Amino acid sequence: MQGLKKEWEIEPKTRECTIEDFKGAQPRWCPGCGDHAVLNAVQRLARDKRLLPEKTVVVSGIGCASRFPHYMRTYGFHGLHGRAFPVACGVRSRRPDLHVFVVTGDGDCCAIGAGHWIHAIRYNMDLTVLLLDNNIYGLTKNQTSPTTRMGERSNTHPLGAYLPPLNPLTVALGVSNASFVAQTVDWSPPHLYNTIRAAYEHAGTSFVRVLQRCPHFTSHVFEKALNDLSHVLLMQHERGIALELDVARKFPNQVAHNPDNLDEARSIASREDVYPIGLFYRNENAVRYDEITSRGLSKTQAEKLAAVQAALERFAI
Amino acid sequence: MHPTTKTRMKDSARPAERVEEHIIEIVSDSGEGAQTCGQMFADLCVRNGNGVWTVEIIPAEIEPPRRSRAGASGNRIRLGSKSVTNAGDFADIVVALNEQVLYSRIDAGALRPGTLVLVDRCGGEHPDENVARHYREAIRHFRAKGFIVIEVPIEEECLKRTDEVRKGKNMWVLGMLCAIYALDETSVQERIATRFRKKGNDFVRRNMDLFEAGREWALENIEYRFHVPAQNITRPTVAMNGNQALALGIMAAGIEMCSMYPITPATSASHFLASAFAETGGFVHQAEDEIAAVGFAIGCSYAGKTAVTITSGPGFALKTEFLGLAVMAEVPIVVVVVQRGGPSTGLPTKIEQGDLLAALYSSPGDSPKIVMAPATVEECFHFMVTARKLAEQFRGPVIVLSDANLATGQQPFPKPQVSQAWLAPPLDQSPWDPELPPFAWDTKTGLSRRPIPGQRGGEYVLTGLSHDEQSHVAYESAINERGMKMRSRKLAVLEGSLQPPKIHGDPEGDLLVVGWGSTLGAVEEAVDRLRADGLLVSSIHLRFLSPLEPGLREIFSRFQKVMTVEVNYSDDLGEPYVNAESRRYSQLAQLLRAHTLVDVDCWSRIPGNPIPPGEIERQLRNRMHVIRLEARCKV
Repeated sequence: MQGLKKEWEIEPKTRECTIEDFKGAQPRWCPGCGDHAVLNAVQRLARDKRLLPEKTVVVSGIGCASRFPHYMRTYGFHGLHGRAFPVACGVRSRRPDLHVFVVTGDGDCCAIGAGHWIHAIRYNMDLTVLLLDNNIYGLTKNQTSPTTRMGERSNTHPLGAYLPPLNPLTVALGVSNASFVAQTVDWSPPHLYNTIRAAYEHAGTSFVRVLQRCPHFTSHVFEKALNDLSHVLLMQHERGIALELDVARKFPNQVAHNPDNLDEARSIASREDVYPIGLFYRNENAVRYDEITSRGLSKTQAEKLAAVQAALERFAI
Repeated sequence: MHPTTKTRMKDSARPAERVEEHIIEIVSDSGEGAQTCGQMFADLCVRNGNGVWTVEIIPAEIEPPRRSRAGASGNRIRLGSKSVTNAGDFADIVVALNEQVLYSRIDAGALRPGTLVLVDRCGGEHPDENVARHYREAIRHFRAKGFIVIEVPIEEECLKRTDEVRKGKNMWVLGMLCAIYALDETSVQERIATRFRKKGNDFVRRNMDLFEAGREWALENIEYRFHVPAQNITRPTVAMNGNQALALGIMAAGIEMCSMYPITPATSASHFLASAFAETGGFVHQAEDEIAAVGFAIGCSYAGKTAVTITSGPGFALKTEFLGLAVMAEVPIVVVVVQRGGPSTGLPTKIEQGDLLAALYSSPGDSPKIVMAPATVEECFHFMVTARKLAEQFRGPVIVLSDANLATGQQPFPKPQVSQAWLAPPLDQSPWDPELPPFAWDTKTGLSRRPIPGQRGGEYVLTGLSHDEQSHVAYESAINERGMKMRSRKLAVLEGSLQPPKIHGDPEGDLLVVGWGSTLGAVEEAVDRLRADGLLVSSIHLRFLSPLEPGLREIFSRFQKVMTVEVNYSDDLGEPYVNAESRRYSQLAQLLRAHTLVDVDCWSRIPGNPIPPGEIERQLRNRMHVIRLEARCKV
């Protein structure tokens, strides 16, 4: 047809999908597991942001949370324990057209995968990272995780965990080139959804820790906060996580926090008397490594061939 | 009048001795530039039309203490009038910038009586009496060993032209060697100018001066002249080392991502790649560790861009869990292992062929992978193109086993005629038939096409768990067994498409030697020497180790005895507790014994250096002797 480009498509680029289009296998998590709420939020986000299933990749490691990709009808990568980050970075490295989610747990991310976690934050590729933190190893049946509270009993520490827990927030906020660090809870669906949405909209590695219950092993851990929202500290700011007024009103304990303020973010993140939720830190100007790794994508076959010949010529005699 | 003409007139040396080949070593403390000197000399010989093989002599540290016996750094260059396939036996000339570094070369068996040793005499004039005494002792010792020692005032002469003598002696030596081998000095001057262009005009001029001074001094003071006839270079030729060849092969294969973590001796491949890869639109990712490097490559491959990761033994050990995933989930990926001495950190800069069985078996469970080993620098280039294609066609990892000998050895070879067909095809983003599962295994071959993210209708969740055609997690026995079968079948299919190995020598005889990897030239040279004496020895050299090349049993049946020659560990019969049952065989021998049920023998050594042809020759003669005795007993 005259006037039309070769790659012209009949189908509009922004196909609209429903939540059903993003539903994969029937989740096999325990009833009452916080993972269900996160899955619902992500499927809703995919619909609302008009993601295309074929352009979306969910990468995970091993653990309860890492079953996540199976329950999405998108491309998924359920790989090795602790290694979701390198895989996700590799997926993203030469495919800037793909939306990449990383779903990980407290063992997967903060123990066996801790090295990759820190470097992934520093690479700041465009990934939406969800750390589903239930303070315990669930899949392998009740072993202490790095975020288990000191004194909590488990199968590996029947006398109680010996050490104070690792704080994933202060770790993430301590990594240079970090660009987005937030925390939310599975029992406030609006805050959970809005946080994941802000994370998705951020261009760079957005790290979201979701506090959630494991109904089997740690149902008691967040019990106080569940019953009494004054144990939660809601961070509010116009540049933070937007929250409907009627939802925000339910949190008696609030603080104004500007996510540009890294020092204050670290200070709030260190608090042990409350669970702070909201956006700790955002930096839109952090270096994006995926913009560097994807250079040269437009080279044609002919250009590549000529370049190989030129490179060989450097060794000619 | 041209200055060089003037000096040539002074040349009153005896006429050049014509030799078919010569071995030259240049050794110094680290940081004195002996390697640069050796590389440039090799480069000149290649340009001259000589066959060349070089070996780097490298200490493990960047700059070990000066004048230490184990600190030798430099190059061995074997040049010939025809193509040269290995580093040879004994050096004909050794240039040493101090006498102490020579000891390690003597220990390595690199010299023999009659070797011409040109040693810097500055040690003898050192103000520290201990140094001077050590020098005198060394020279006495070398002469007693039968070397022809010439004390050369290298430092003294250089000091007349530069204060930075540590950085200048190598060019002086290059000049000296050019005089001895009557190489054309104008092309050297061009090379100096190119090589040091970035360091500025003064630097280039100073090096030119030193080169010229060394040449003039040698013309006047050294009577030895050698002429290694060269052949006219008739077709386009390139010269490089194995790691550079790997890097160029990666580019020619159309691979866009090399994900690595620094490790010796693999890293230099990434160095070259990092400098040139952008030209083909590629990128070198230096990961936070070896595991991340392979994970990143697998992620990139999963997303449709087959990637490569380059490592050495200890790094490979860390990657094995991920490689098991690549096997299980059928992700194409190319893994280059530039082998070094093991176990553990072992000999980081030295050659060994110790990772063969690890390459085949080190992932959890049964994880069949393709393993291939280039035998020459040229093959390092071409195997990368093959490896990417095999990885994609057979949907899994392909491991390419190089080694420290190939990595740093320079060799000329015909310039590859690069083709667009070698490049990875553009990313397929056409819609996927939703009826076609992500593992639509052809039940006969186990082969299947893979959906790539972006292909609508192909959405699936890759998993390392046991899975069915749909990639759905499934623990049922029948599904597990079928998956295993399909993955294993692919290797049988590949075996069926390979040719039997070519036999070097007669197709039957008394002894068949089987080798793999960088020992090709040395093994064949040893075999040729025996054959020249009428002994019925042949050899084959395997490029595919998994699957093994076809026809081995049949070939083995035509020889009285079959043995491997390898650079890895094996017990020798006759050692305490070692008997026919307890003996641990070298790695290829183990494979061949299991594969063919033939009583394959082995001879292997782990000297950290390439095994010289002369040593292999001696071993083969011993075996031949035994075979003959046995035959006589039978009669």
